[in-house]
Amino acid sequence: MFAYIVRRLVYAIPILIGVNLLTFILFFVVNSPDDMAVSQLGQKYVTPEAVQAWKRKNGYDLPLFLNSQEQGAGALTETIFFTKSVKLFAFDFGRSESGRDITTDVSTRMWPSLAVALPTFVVGIWVNICVALMVVMFHATRLDRWAVFVFVALMSISYLFYIIGGQYLVAKTWKLVPISGFNGEIQPWKFLLLPVLVGVIAGIGAGARWYRTLFLEESNQDYVRTARAKGASEIRILFRHILPNALIPILTGVVVVIPSLFMGGLLIESFFGIPGLGSYMLDAINSQDFAIVRAMVFIGSILYIVGLILTDISYTWADPRLRLD
Amino acid sequence: MKPLLLWSDLLIFLLVVVLTVFFLRLARDPQTREHWREVFSTRLGMVTMTLILVYVGIALLDSLHFRRALEPVAGSPEGEVFYSNKVTSVLDVMLGGMGERFERTYSAPFALDSFEKQDMKDDNGLTYRDFPPLEHAGRHLDHPGERWDDVLAKSAAALLWGALFSVLAIALQWAFLRRSPFPWHASWITQAAVICSAVWLVSMSRHYHVLGTDLGGADVAYQSIKGIRTGVLLGTLATLIMLPIAVSLGVMAGYFKGWVDDVVQYLYTTLSSIPGILLIAASVLLFQVYIDLHPDFFSIGLEKADARFLALCFILGVTSWSSLCRLIRAETLKISQLGYVQAAHAFGVSHHRILVRHILPNVTHIILITFVLDFSALVLAEAVLSYIGVGIDPNMASWGNMINGARSELSREPVVWWTLSGAFFFMFVLVLAANLFSDLVRDAFDPRSGAGRSAT
Repeated sequence: MFAYIVRRLVYAIPILIGVNLLTFILFFVVNSPDDMAVSQLGQKYVTPEAVQAWKRKNGYDLPLFLNSQEQGAGALTETIFFTKSVKLFAFDFGRSESGRDITTDVSTRMWPSLAVALPTFVVGIWVNICVALMVVMFHATRLDRWAVFVFVALMSISYLFYIIGGQYLVAKTWKLVPISGFNGEIQPWKFLLLPVLVGVIAGIGAGARWYRTLFLEESNQDYVRTARAKGASEIRILFRHILPNALIPILTGVVVVIPSLFMGGLLIESFFGIPGLGSYMLDAINSQDFAIVRAMVFIGSILYIVGLILTDISYTWADPRLRLD
Repeated sequence: MKPLLLWSDLLIFLLVVVLTVFFLRLARDPQTREHWREVFSTRLGMVTMTLILVYVGIALLDSLHFRRALEPVAGSPEGEVFYSNKVTSVLDVMLGGMGERFERTYSAPFALDSFEKQDMKDDNGLTYRDFPPLEHAGRHLDHPGERWDDVLAKSAAALLWGALFSVLAIALQWAFLRRSPFPWHASWITQAAVICSAVWLVSMSRHYHVLGTDLGGADVAYQSIKGIRTGVLLGTLATLIMLPIAVSLGVMAGYFKGWVDDVVQYLYTTLSSIPGILLIAASVLLFQVYIDLHPDFFSIGLEKADARFLALCFILGVTSWSSLCRLIRAETLKISQLGYVQAAHAFGVSHHRILVRHILPNVTHIILITFVLDFSALVLAEAVLSYIGVGIDPNMASWGNMINGARSELSREPVVWWTLSGAFFFMFVLVLAANLFSDLVRDAFDPRSGAGRSAT
């Protein structure tokens, strides 16, 4: 087990190097620091001196890959590639274009993100599985067909509609909770209730439909027929036979996103004014702060790879037949 | 009048040709024909296909652009014609100038007065504040009180015309299709509904703003209809850019195995480990910087918007091939173990020929299912991307831009609900039709889901 995890972590290194190279090419080769300076300083009245000053201030005045003016190791380290990209591996994200320390920003902002994303995730899965089980109980009836239609209709509604509609109905018309905002100390649940509710409802269509398919696939297996022949009740078959066996495909889709919960949701956080990583990214995109986008791309890929490893580990837990070695 | 061919217009017609050829080729195979028959023998299949075709038809009509000639100005040299900077499409003409009736700002559906008060002068030259009457709504009424009677009378007349057109259209089809085994009546009912509402909408918007006007005073119904082209084109174009990459890499990885497989697997794991929305946002931002630095590339604003739109399609395509590639690789791995591929090897058939003749035809069902499934996802994604600010150019009509422009309107008192409703409704119908249709296609083509159904 331990050896397996170590091996997977070693495999992750080339992927992270690839991510790093790709972002580097996107941000510094396709789009040179001069272009960035011009767009940051505004289109008009840009003097070459101003561009040079901006580049010096943000550390972009170095050569891309090889600094011929430096001696020894300095020829490699005093370059944009080393200072901006390689240092990400040491979790040194540097400063944003506006001068703030990205590492501190990220470590304070991930908690509000998690406060919204984790309840949404847990409640969402629970609700989806319950709804799917209920529909499977009525399989091949008219109710089942209509339920599938409703799931597809729910899937076809834009996520933006759920958010705007939820804010309008719950917060504005019924005045049950504040429309947006976040406060960690005083009654935080009040601010979390609506985002979590919206997130759960928006996920029901796709989620419940997917779980229904998984449960139905299991219900065609031989062991279900055997159980039925032995006279087990439908409820017992559903909960004792189908549910545990459907756990494996459920885990594949579910565990991989758990680490990424730290990243939060772009839309939910910006609409509800939650100071998490999602709104951090959105602000960075809107103000064209490439340093933050670069750092977030790197963090996001690390979390995804951790998610893949966790998925493999959770298989051994769910299915005793599997062994990792 | 001067026809104008935008790059995206060219692509949309090219796309229609490519898709038609693709489907005709598919239809030569008897098994595929059988699958399609299964899709269209359901009423739902007929209804959703009709709706999708209506959307595609509107998108095509909206892609025939031209620039109107301007009235000659006194003193300009004889024989020289200047063209308007505004680009018109055939659809605009068919809608009867719906998009040319601008108001000052918001107005509610069927309203006669503007939504906001404004300083006006009365007959004696004194200033007072009131809701100014709209310039293009209810101008034919003598008295504002007659409005709803007038709306009812005009609706009845429009619906009668609509019914007449529908009967004509259906009778024409009935003459040819009455012996067809497919449930055409479902399609005909949908067609009648679409024709009636189209006639009603066009005839009503000559006198009123059916869905009100937005912040800039533009007609919301018109904006929503113009959004169709953007949605349809984005959904198809991005998938078509993604397909060749995904299919060629996936097939090669599954067939050649070894280092080719390692490289392809490495590529798609790397790409899928980057959060998709960030990759898209970063690429779009970079392209935006490029456009901003080279403003002299485009002669009119729409061409710039068009370039950004195509770049967005390209970026969406290039960043989203990993999941299809994974599916195709797995399927190819399975197929290349089968007897007929082994036999082809033994006979010394070349790799190229095995790939084209034996592998590719057996993964087309995956391509088809992905194509239909991704379409609706992309239409929804467009709205989200435009909201984030990395989507369609703000000058181009799209549902995402409408929602983005209207997001703070719900906090007004009284509520401005019509802009959002218009965009969401037109988007919802398209996405719902596409989703339901893709379910049917998957049930018919996916051997796994077919087996699951027959066993129950």
